Amino acid sequence: MLAKRIIPCLDVDKGRVVKGKKFQNIRDVADPVELAQRYNQAGADELVFYDITASNEDRNIFLDVVEKVAAEIAIPFTVGGGIRTIVDVHSVLRSGADKVSINSAAVTNPDFIQEAAWKFGSQCIVLSIDAKKTAPEQWQVYINGGRKNTGIDAIEWAKQGEKLGAGEIVINAIDVDGEKNGYNIELTKAIAQSVNIPIVASGGAGINDHFVSVLQEGNADAALAASVFHYGEIQISELKNHLYGNGITVRRGN
Amino acid sequence: MITIIDYGAGNIKSLQFALTKLNLESCVTTDKATIKSSNAIILPGVGAFKDAMDALEQLELTETLKNQANSGKPILGICLGMQLFYETSFEDGEWNGLGLLKGNVKRISSKVKVPHIGWNTVKLHKVNPITDHVNNHSYVYFVHSYAIDTYQDDTLIGSTEYGGKVPAIVQKDNVIGMQFHPEKSGETGLQLLRNFGEMIS
Repeated sequence: MLAKRIIPCLDVDKGRVVKGKKFQNIRDVADPVELAQRYNQAGADELVFYDITASNEDRNIFLDVVEKVAAEIAIPFTVGGGIRTIVDVHSVLRSGADKVSINSAAVTNPDFIQEAAWKFGSQCIVLSIDAKKTAPEQWQVYINGGRKNTGIDAIEWAKQGEKLGAGEIVINAIDVDGEKNGYNIELTKAIAQSVNIPIVASGGAGINDHFVSVLQEGNADAALAASVFHYGEIQISELKNHLYGNGITVRRGN
Repeated sequence: MITIIDYGAGNIKSLQFALTKLNLESCVTTDKATIKSSNAIILPGVGAFKDAMDALEQLELTETLKNQANSGKPILGICLGMQLFYETSFEDGEWNGLGLLKGNVKRISSKVKVPHIGWNTVKLHKVNPITDHVNNHSYVYFVHSYAIDTYQDDTLIGSTEYGGKVPAIVQKDNVIGMQFHPEKSGETGLQLLRNFGEMIS
């Protein structure tokens, strides 16, 4: 039976994993390759790396990191952040990533998703959606790191993304991100019911039960989280046991 | 030495890294002479069936691959690479494959989410050297929208359940196919590649 996936997410800047803004005092999270190995051994099902650097020079350092990660771990990983052109997709995949995650560039140019899916296959094109609640049962798509409201309905955008050829959707609920009060179940469920491709929930994980809720009630196929894993608040093996105990199919051990 | 056929599709680097980890020497190539002089061949692949067959045609590799397979050299097809071994695919049309294995390729049932992405278990149907030291119902990583639909029963080594029975590992003599990605399937996947390495004389 297909297992639900647990996916740690790493923000990488100038070749180093960086902490979220709210966390000032953590220094042990540093080398992305080392951290990737640690998560691989701990039983993570997949990893996501977000390149949060801007300059071209730093981008080359990042591609170098991607290659080193690919050499060390035998689980799939996705690369996101600043993927804007077919050349970007190609260079990231060629460096050893399995999937690319496309966010703002897909909104400003939907054809990009189609072209990338056509060229590299749907299975490696992930549409990442940042959504924020604007009215009851209504969410709109934000871009540029959550700063700009596009006015596009998130559910409609997810449906369109599937049509354009995205193989998977990551739904990041901006309202709850970083709050550790749980995933946005309502939004995740609404998207999961609207499309027939896998859904990855992102934003809000704080405790083990949050994962249970989003994978069961939220109908998510996978749950992504960052800080709870980086700071050791949740151990992946314990989380998997907890999910298993709640009747959720997960892959335990390696 | 194992030659990995590079026809422009997918993440070949991870496969090569995995082989290196297992001390299996490999090279990524499209050169016929190199392929002929190698001990084994891996046909990787993600993307569309027709594009892949067109690419192999353009590189004039279809005959080479058929001849090499018929000569008894171990050949492993991964994901789309496995599908290319079959006679026909119904991916957006009807296309001929390499015909090394009897059967065809069809889209996964729309009763389930497509693509089939993630870790799924493999039920082993019979004892085979390719699955040595691999436990029944081990998890491996799948990413595909199409799957083998018809096949010869005696070629089925392992299957998974996703909208029906999906062939996961097939084998006929020296020809082996894996629908999942062994290079992305943790220790289980590495063991399967190690077993493939054992087939190489």
